[in-house]
Amino acid sequence: MTNPLRDPLDRRLPRVAGPCGMVLFGVTGDLARKKVMPAIYDLANRGLLPPGFALVGFARRDWADEDFAQIVHDAVREHSRTPFNEDTWRQLSEGIRFVAGDLADPAAYAELSKVVADLDLSRGTNGNHAFYLSIPPGLFPVVLEHLKTSGLATSAPGAWRRVVIEKPFGHDLESAQELNKLVGEVFPSGSVFRIDHYLGKETVQNILAVRFANAMYEPIWNSNYVDNVQITMAEDIGIGGRAGYYDGIGAARDVMQNHLLQLLALTAMEEPLSFSPDDVRAEKEKVLRAIHLPQDIDRHSARGQYAAGWQGGIPVKGYLEEEGISPDSTTETFAALRLDVDNRRWAGVPFYLRTGKRLGRRVTEVAVVFKRAPHLPFASTAVEELGNNAFVFRIQPDEGITVRFGSKVPNTSSIEVRDVTMDFQYGESFVDSSPEAYERLILDVLLGDPPLFPRHEEVELGWRILDPVLDRWSEQGQPDQYVSGGWGPHSQYDMVSLDGCVWRRP
Amino acid sequence: MIRLEDTSGGAVSAAIASERHRMGSPTTGMVLTLLVISDEEFQSDATSAGVAAARQHPMRIVTLIPRPEGKATRLDAEIMVGGDEGPGEVAVLRLRGELAGHANSVAVPLLLPDTPVVAFWPGAAPAIPSDDLIGRHAQRRITDAAAATDPIAELQIRRSGYLPGDTDLAWARLTPWRAVLASVFDQEVGPVSAITVTGEDSNPSVPLLAAWLGSALGCPVDVQLDAGPGLTSVVLTTDAGPIAVTRPDGRTATLSRPGVPDSTVALQRRDLAALLSEELRRLDPDDCYASALASLPELA
Repeated sequence: MTNPLRDPLDRRLPRVAGPCGMVLFGVTGDLARKKVMPAIYDLANRGLLPPGFALVGFARRDWADEDFAQIVHDAVREHSRTPFNEDTWRQLSEGIRFVAGDLADPAAYAELSKVVADLDLSRGTNGNHAFYLSIPPGLFPVVLEHLKTSGLATSAPGAWRRVVIEKPFGHDLESAQELNKLVGEVFPSGSVFRIDHYLGKETVQNILAVRFANAMYEPIWNSNYVDNVQITMAEDIGIGGRAGYYDGIGAARDVMQNHLLQLLALTAMEEPLSFSPDDVRAEKEKVLRAIHLPQDIDRHSARGQYAAGWQGGIPVKGYLEEEGISPDSTTETFAALRLDVDNRRWAGVPFYLRTGKRLGRRVTEVAVVFKRAPHLPFASTAVEELGNNAFVFRIQPDEGITVRFGSKVPNTSSIEVRDVTMDFQYGESFVDSSPEAYERLILDVLLGDPPLFPRHEEVELGWRILDPVLDRWSEQGQPDQYVSGGWGPHSQYDMVSLDGCVWRRP
Repeated sequence: MIRLEDTSGGAVSAAIASERHRMGSPTTGMVLTLLVISDEEFQSDATSAGVAAARQHPMRIVTLIPRPEGKATRLDAEIMVGGDEGPGEVAVLRLRGELAGHANSVAVPLLLPDTPVVAFWPGAAPAIPSDDLIGRHAQRRITDAAAATDPIAELQIRRSGYLPGDTDLAWARLTPWRAVLASVFDQEVGPVSAITVTGEDSNPSVPLLAAWLGSALGCPVDVQLDAGPGLTSVVLTTDAGPIAVTRPDGRTATLSRPGVPDSTVALQRRDLAALLSEELRRLDPDDCYASALASLPELA
């Protein structure tokens, strides 16, 4: 069916989701309140949700629809990106429902089926519903099982049922495969949306735009010119209240397996045939497949645990002193690793990934560091302060691009060259129009548009890469302690200096 | 704010650059130059809307106010750079005496290099914007038929003077309406046999929406006039019954469809800054506006 009012040339018309609803499991969680609910409101405020959109909350609370609406209202008031608008809220709140019940109680799912069927009639959601599982992965089996047996997971002809899950997607290859099998038994693979909120960020999508829309960069984007690539995601916070989740998981599983490998794939992939989901994914998978680990994992990796210290002027606890963490925990809060991509473009170029908590500042960036010019026709003293050229995608915060190159220092009698930077700031050219990653991703779920969601093949490839490292690390006992508020353990410097490289200070 | 009296376009450009330099940020990420051509009545609102839109599209705003009435021929300028107003740069220029006929010469040195130029006439606009001395510099030319004394007749002028790159705010005002109507057709609704569009007398968006719907759905459109505000309803007759979007208060609309209970849709009328932001989002010719304009019925 083609819509007579949607002309492909008509680019003013926003992509509005068709008639549908969303069922939210885990309504009291941080993520639901801080990200999911506000994103839904922001979408409504931008006119991107269908008129009869319905939001159903499901939890073990003795709430009526109004109570849940109040929870959503408060979450929206506190966390939404766009200003609060009574008219939008009225539109949204008309479609808010709540189902009280235990996640394991079949009667509650029967009630949910009734509510969903009723919404199809009363709000015109037409049988289209997304189930957002904002719950710990341990609860997936029971919820999925009940979605299946209650018939909620089954879509009527012409309608859809989709499921949204958040990372972690398992904790190693085996558990990831198990999860995929479990979800796959209930929902067909095209209906499973795995949220990696990094992929919803404008700046991450911009990596592909910059690489493949410009003539300037692609010719030097290879081992002839690139010395090394450094992908850093640093957090200034500790584990906060997430001890239960984080201990035993650690930095590599939490961040490296998904976000950093995705960033690597986007940075290193070949040009896709088109930007269709399948073509982009094919190239990403090729890169992930081409990755190999160093022979000697110990020498080419680093792991650490934050120790007590001062961070930005505030005294902070060490990881082992955090509440809920065993004093002999071997979970790493810092991980760094060298990877190689075995193809013609990247042979011999080390890709360094690192991530950690309680580091100097919150920053995520992809830095492509170039080789030094083959010959410098200057006096050696003139270029003492000249480093390697670099092209940096700043993912967050302060989104943009930095190019580092040498320039003449003014007012010196002889020529002297020093590193300078040239900046493109998203915030400068496209101010405050940048939607939250969750808005984009939730809209894509409702539209059924999959390119920004990792497929289970990518998830499994990630574990295939990381599992041997995690196995090796598990034999090594306590990670190196590093002082909070700095840039991590010293072993990370040894690991890159082996290859004659140095870490950028991000 | 800097005031320059009896000055030149080059001096204004230099003053903006030196003000930037003084603030420590001599380079900027400006994405376009907006030329506002207006009389005193419209200039202030239009400039403020530009400043607000500059939050989304950092730009240099040059407001040109022709003041041919006086004897003296001279250029007076008010310049604002950055600060609380927003990231943009603003130059409000009064072109006195004979200079009023040579706005072009003042605008040229103020165009940012190698970035798009947009011309905006918030009030009276030339019959052929692309042929105008200022319009010629612009790849996008924005007019507002609603500001004319006879907006409906003005729309006909827009049609006869149209060249790719022209747009009118009467069209931008319709986007939320069009989005709601398009979302209705995301489901199977069957053929539409008749359309009624109701709205405020002398609101140019009313006939424009009627023309767009009529040509897209291929059926006759009846236009009814009432007291507004703006558009008040669209009714589509289908085999299953009428589909109606009604908005009596200019804020919230009700969508009624056969066999589905009514639902509420937030459909506020938007301010000039929001309209201008939408216009500046895409700077290539708006073909859909062109075809809606072309399907307008001739005035009787």
